[in-house]
Amino acid sequence: MTKSKPWISLSGIGLFAVLLLAVAPLVLTDHWLNNLGKYCCWAIAAVGIGLAWGRGGMLVMGQGVFFALGAYSMAMHLTLETAGDRIPGFMVLYDPLAPLPVFWEPFRSTGFTLLAIVLLPVLLASSLGYALFKRRVKGAYFAILTQALAVALATLISSTIRETGGDTGLSDFKYFFGFVLNDPANKRMVYLIAAALLIVCLFAVWQLYRSRFGELLVATRDAEERVRFLGYDPANVKLVAFVVSALMASIGGAMFVPIVGIITPAEIGAAASILMIAGVAFGGRASLFGPALGAIAVGWGQSSLGSTWPDGWTYILGLLFIVVILFLPNGLSSLPARFTAARRSPDRQPAPAIVAAELEEARP
Amino acid sequence: MTDASLVVTDLHVEFSGFVAVGGVSFDAHPGEVRFLIGPNGAGKTTCIDAITGLTRATGSARLGGKELLGRPVHKIVRLGVGRTFQTASVFDELTVLQNLDIAAGRHRRSASLLRARRGTDGSIEQALEETGLAGEFATPSGILSHGQKQWLEIAMLLVQDAKVLLLDEPVAGMSQDERTATGELLQRIAAKRIVLVVEHDMDFMRRFATRVTVLHQGRVLSQGAVAEVQADPKVQEVYLGTAGAATTAAMSVVPEAAAGTHQRKED
Amino acid sequence: MDALIAPLLNGSAQGALLLLAALGLSLTFGQMGVINMAHGEFLMIGAFTAYLVQQVIASSDLSIPVALPVALVVAGLFGLLLEVTVIQWMYRRPLDTLLVTVGVSLILRQAALQIFPSQGVPVEKPGWLDGQLNILGYEWPLRQLFSILLAAVCVAALAAWLKYTSFGRRIRATVHNRDLAETSGISTRTVDRLTFFAGSGLAGVAGVAASLIGGTNSQMGVQYIIAAFLVVAAGGIGQLKGTIIAAWAVGVTLSYFAYWTTGSLAQVLAFILVIVFLQLRPQGLVTVRTRSLV
Ligand SMILES: Nc1ncnc2c1ncn2[C@@H]1O[C@H](COP(=O)(O)OP(=O)(O)O)[C@@H](O)[C@H]1O
Ligand SMILES: [Mg+2]
Repeated sequence: MTKSKPWISLSGIGLFAVLLLAVAPLVLTDHWLNNLGKYCCWAIAAVGIGLAWGRGGMLVMGQGVFFALGAYSMAMHLTLETAGDRIPGFMVLYDPLAPLPVFWEPFRSTGFTLLAIVLLPVLLASSLGYALFKRRVKGAYFAILTQALAVALATLISSTIRETGGDTGLSDFKYFFGFVLNDPANKRMVYLIAAALLIVCLFAVWQLYRSRFGELLVATRDAEERVRFLGYDPANVKLVAFVVSALMASIGGAMFVPIVGIITPAEIGAAASILMIAGVAFGGRASLFGPALGAIAVGWGQSSLGSTWPDGWTYILGLLFIVVILFLPNGLSSLPARFTAARRSPDRQPAPAIVAAELEEARP
Repeated sequence: MTDASLVVTDLHVEFSGFVAVGGVSFDAHPGEVRFLIGPNGAGKTTCIDAITGLTRATGSARLGGKELLGRPVHKIVRLGVGRTFQTASVFDELTVLQNLDIAAGRHRRSASLLRARRGTDGSIEQALEETGLAGEFATPSGILSHGQKQWLEIAMLLVQDAKVLLLDEPVAGMSQDERTATGELLQRIAAKRIVLVVEHDMDFMRRFATRVTVLHQGRVLSQGAVAEVQADPKVQEVYLGTAGAATTAAMSVVPEAAAGTHQRKED
Repeated sequence: MDALIAPLLNGSAQGALLLLAALGLSLTFGQMGVINMAHGEFLMIGAFTAYLVQQVIASSDLSIPVALPVALVVAGLFGLLLEVTVIQWMYRRPLDTLLVTVGVSLILRQAALQIFPSQGVPVEKPGWLDGQLNILGYEWPLRQLFSILLAAVCVAALAAWLKYTSFGRRIRATVHNRDLAETSGISTRTVDRLTFFAGSGLAGVAGVAASLIGGTNSQMGVQYIIAAFLVVAAGGIGQLKGTIIAAWAVGVTLSYFAYWTTGSLAQVLAFILVIVFLQLRPQGLVTVRTRSLV
């Protein structure tokens, strides 16, 4: 169990950190480093999904919403920074005399923007989570409601071209908190920030998973009612996990903007939210590294195959869902544990999900 | 009657018109092993469900003067009411120690939840010893034997420091030796806490009960010391259909396998 | 007057479409616990079937009535195929059926995109649906009335089928107590398959109606699935009456919101409304409380 060997998971995170922060910048071209940065943003969101879904049993199908909160907060700030004293270009396009919408104004401030990236998802997730969990809305209902929210938000953004850029989104950012984004050195720095944030998030969930809260979360996932009879309110337990996962999605979204250079409703809607789930399912929902690695893999597929062979990629993605969920519900990360379990005692059942996941943590 | 007693008065539970419990009153005190018996469907489990807030009920159930009915489940637990379930329900994927640690958690501050466990609480070690699970602390509880799961549930109530233990068929499916061990465990526990046992098994009841309440079709049929109850012709009639003394064999009924009868649609 | 009447009538028609889409879902989800995210694509299959039937039977007056049963069977067969190949292995993992069927819906959508023109196909409306009905000064398109009538027929047929036929009785018995049904000689496998066939077939019928009102393209299923699911949930599981009321309420509410604000804001408002509804009447959406814990 992880309990006895925390250093194994820790050194896994360390190895991950070395690969992302030291090796990747040395061996990858600027183009691929930037791509890896994009995958890191998805991976940050995926780590949060692993927490909420893998450990907490809440299938969050609308993480795009929180991704959007971070992304659009950042994008509004960068747009304003680029525009300087003027009104952002796309707004003037429709109406040369258009005033800046009221809700844009505070995003001129760096402090407010950073605060918004953290507080907006926390506020939304806690009020939504409170309303749903206290009423014991769970399972498919929860999943569909979160997905409905993602659809609604994407539609709302699409239809408010003057205020949010609509389907074309926000793009053409020149500065990132004063740094010129065209400069490869600054691009590198942005990548390093994203990668470092991913490491921080991994470290955070590692600590959460080994804490008493982590055990309580698994207990709540497996037998919510039973937890109630131990004197806990499961709604609060789930709320914490949901809020943390929302925060991670928002952070991922915020870093996505300077790295990719554009944010559109397509990046945050139902399809995008499902893509985030795909990586987590693929890598292993309940394991520590599975969601991040899965998200990086799916991200890579999305941006390479997705652009060179889009039709095929959709089929692959569809099949990925079917095959993984059907045959390997705990994702690729459960393979080593399955394998060793089968070798040790060929006729015994594969280890239960969490045991498997923790075994996997023991060999990153 | 002490302040710390559980007093149930005129408890009434209805399921869409069907009266499962119709005006049941009893009390239980620390120092006695209190039994609630009755044939299948008598409403025993429903009584426990009502007291613990799982099922809506009217009437009154007071612990040390505090009304329990109407509060949410976890608040009732925090007042010191703990229960087990007819089908042992422990967290299968967690180890025995992790199960107990979670049960002990309600006394901790929320912030301490964010730290990993270091060492074992004294109360947990005590409960492990008490229930004979000390050797199994690292075992995933899913692979415990049926009897061990029941003990784990009792141990969880102990570390929870429940003042009232409501045990729903704790010896169902246990061997004779295990039953004896469980009975003795309950007697030890009962010294300081209120122990209310729901059982089918008359033999087990006879060996370990201090006082007994017999339920039948949602009502109290008879109440008193074991000998009194056994001598009650109404009780004999319910259990055997005729008056007779040799009850044991007929009464060691198969435990109600509650699993599967109420299937949940969605989870 | 138009401002009040028009959204009411349009919304009722929209509600009828939602109801058609939700009927099948409520059958498969309500009765079997399977969350079929490909249900919207079965609806799409129904709509494309209407188009294909029109390629064979040129007269749209005739082709639409023919398309209805054909779409029922075609979508039903797709559902059956899904049940046999995937769903039947997953009855113990309801939440995972949701994700598996997400994969299926991706594949079906992509296939439709490649088989048919990406901008969609035109489905001719039959001549007898061309007119309008004057309701208090509002010219109400007949095809909207058609959706409502079709939904009414489907509801009645489904209710009768469940109530009076032996298959229907077997379905209800299986839902009530699967183990007992099995031991009393009902083949629950057959019942599951039939239920899935019927549920998916209803989506096909809904697709024909949808093709007469909106566009027929690969993305059309996406529009319906979430709203239909919310209708099933808000109406209460396995509650035909609740589903009908919920569908109508959602349709009309969306329609009024859209009239007063914009279509997209209406969606957001509708979402908030569902959350508020949950606070007031959680029974609509909550798992039935039972005593078993896991
Ligand atoms: N949730 C429920 N809905 C409807 N009837 C119930 C429910 N729970 C229990 N009952 C009925 O109440 C009666 C008492 O059940 P129960 O308390 O389980 O009996 P016991 O535990 O004494 O065997 C039984 O007839 C049972 O069918
Ligand atoms: Mg019982």
